[in-house]
Amino acid sequence: MEYFLELLFGGLTRGSIYALIALGYTMVYGIIELINFAHGEIYMIGAFTGLIVAGLLTMLGFPGIAILAIAMACAVVWAAAYGYTIEKVAYKPLRGAPRLSPLISAIGMSIFLQNYVMLAQTSDFLPFPELIPEFDFMKGMGSMLSSSELAILTVTVAVCVGLTLFIKYTKLGKAMRATAQNRKMAMLVGINVDMVISATFIIGSSLAAMGGVLIASHIGQINYFIGFIAGIKAFTAAVLGGIGSIPGAMLGGLVLGLTEAFATGYVSSDYEDVFAFCLLVLILIFRPSGIMGKEKIQKV
Amino acid sequence: MDRQGFLQFFLSAGCDSFAHALKKSFLAAVWFAFVTFPIMVIRVNTIEHTVDWHWQRLGYVVLAVFFGSFVWRWLLARKELKKDESKGESRAEALLTTIQSHKILKFVALGVIAALALAFPEVFDLYQTNIMISCLVYVVLGLGLNIVVGLAGLLDLGYVAFYAVGAYAYALCNMHWGVGFWFMLPVGAVLGAILGLLLGFPVLRLRGDYLAIVTLGFGEIIRLVLENWGEVTMGPSGISRIARPEFFGAKLGVIGSTTYMYYIMIGLLVLTIFCVNRLQNSRIGRAWLALREDEIACQAMGIDKMKTKLMAFALGATWAGMAGVVFAAKTTFVNPASFTFWESAIILSIVVIGGMGSIRGVIAGAIILILVPEYLRDFAEFRMLLFGAIMVLVMVFRPQGLISAKRKIYEYKANPASAGNE
Repeated sequence: MEYFLELLFGGLTRGSIYALIALGYTMVYGIIELINFAHGEIYMIGAFTGLIVAGLLTMLGFPGIAILAIAMACAVVWAAAYGYTIEKVAYKPLRGAPRLSPLISAIGMSIFLQNYVMLAQTSDFLPFPELIPEFDFMKGMGSMLSSSELAILTVTVAVCVGLTLFIKYTKLGKAMRATAQNRKMAMLVGINVDMVISATFIIGSSLAAMGGVLIASHIGQINYFIGFIAGIKAFTAAVLGGIGSIPGAMLGGLVLGLTEAFATGYVSSDYEDVFAFCLLVLILIFRPSGIMGKEKIQKV
Repeated sequence: MDRQGFLQFFLSAGCDSFAHALKKSFLAAVWFAFVTFPIMVIRVNTIEHTVDWHWQRLGYVVLAVFFGSFVWRWLLARKELKKDESKGESRAEALLTTIQSHKILKFVALGVIAALALAFPEVFDLYQTNIMISCLVYVVLGLGLNIVVGLAGLLDLGYVAFYAVGAYAYALCNMHWGVGFWFMLPVGAVLGAILGLLLGFPVLRLRGDYLAIVTLGFGEIIRLVLENWGEVTMGPSGISRIARPEFFGAKLGVIGSTTYMYYIMIGLLVLTIFCVNRLQNSRIGRAWLALREDEIACQAMGIDKMKTKLMAFALGATWAGMAGVVFAAKTTFVNPASFTFWESAIILSIVVIGGMGSIRGVIAGAIILILVPEYLRDFAEFRMLLFGAIMVLVMVFRPQGLISAKRKIYEYKANPASAGNE
């Protein structure tokens, strides 16, 4: 039972990180129908910014909780700046181009950013300081749930609730939904579509950066390559839930995380990623547009 | 445009005046200085608690962005101007069309290319020949993927799986039973085709990006199995000492076998170009184009969607299987690290950057993406950085690819010989 609970919490943690990153994918996809391959790299850059800031602050002798808050804030600011810049440089000039062009541009951006971080920092694994302190009340939980896992879960739930409310009730959220539904019509009713797209990239990047700092502090090491596998997994989660749908991304992330945790725990740890992709293929065979995705009516 | 006017256009492209242009470039420089600040300037060591500051890098970024942004705006403005002027036939394309429309010129050009290709290993050294072989492998891979992506419009991100299957099939058969290269080449092709069908069946219903992610997943599954199924595939360490192809039973030295490999590759390439060219204009080729343009309309025209899609997957995979066998024979060593997602991405980029659906485009794309980074070895560490940047730049300034595909257009003209064709 304890093993089961350990796996369950591990899966939930993993899944919520996937969900945090998948939200960025799904929001961008919903609005401009582009798979932003550089999104995983934003997550990585968020983690690196967090490491740099945390390293500086530790040397200056700040208290633990302040370091966490400042590192997180800086990671969010800089990742958002990167997201905004990438959109302006690599995707905006390609509006209206054939569908594959922005995809290749995104892959190019992803390769560029990986090597940029590798050259500017290092290609080694860097140790990441443990930013989330051990809570006292968690002592009794043993190995089932650590405090950083609890922190990740809490942050994800808070972000998801916040984002849902934001999309539903604020003006910008409504503009986003309108743009996602029909960009031309949104433009006609006076929505600044360029601004909405930028805002989407900024929000998505911020969420990825939060995920980056949290997971880096949980795992304890980062390198320039972490964005790739996280990006692929998050993208899988987004597709699993039905790309373009925000609750779908959360559900997809959780399903993927739990599957991986239980499969590695009970079956075999070598084939961790294979299970994830098999699950994806299976679900898509039976529901070709994802768990929560809506079947689009195709017109000629 | 005279020189003064050119300079003015260059400096103020997309802006009202010099002052505006300067201000824009200055703002871009400041913005990039801010964006790149933590990653470029600060390097912390959390174990020894030391910080390295690299302020000079910030200076490079500011200077590069300040001057680069003029060029960027100028290129964007030029792209806008061009869009209005013509349907975008570049000078290189126009030249190619002229060469193709004159019979004598065409034969001369083909002859020159053939002579250059045949003389290559004699003129250049082993290193150059080796680079050329890998470039040719990528051309074949690109032409194969071109069938799936360029012609049929199915976005396949796991193409490298078929390549891996060909390579591992040769490696394993050679290790266990000593099977030779020439026997495995067609077997690799058949294995690729079978695997293409197997992948094709479950994903028939998917479209667009769902298809992309499933094929990506499939590619990763194959790679992970190769990595973890240690008893059969030797795991991450891979299989080494694979036999090179034999020349009618004679063993060749390193130089001899490389040259031989090069000619095999030239032969395979000619075969590929011939087949793909014939396929393009065949019944199934036209069905693929119809499928790419509109799936539903294509079905309404009475085309069997299932058969067409499966054919595209199987035929595309055939070339990957063959290229895999050649790859294993060339490097005499295979391991799962050669078959990552990036490989698929690079092959896809070759197709898209070259120009989807165009054979000449794929060749141009492979030369740019494979040869250029090889010759950039002097900038060894910046190689991949430049590679990514090239991909972005080509897409931003020529989104339709370098050489766009042209279908046969039948136009009534006094001189029918000048109708463009491919």
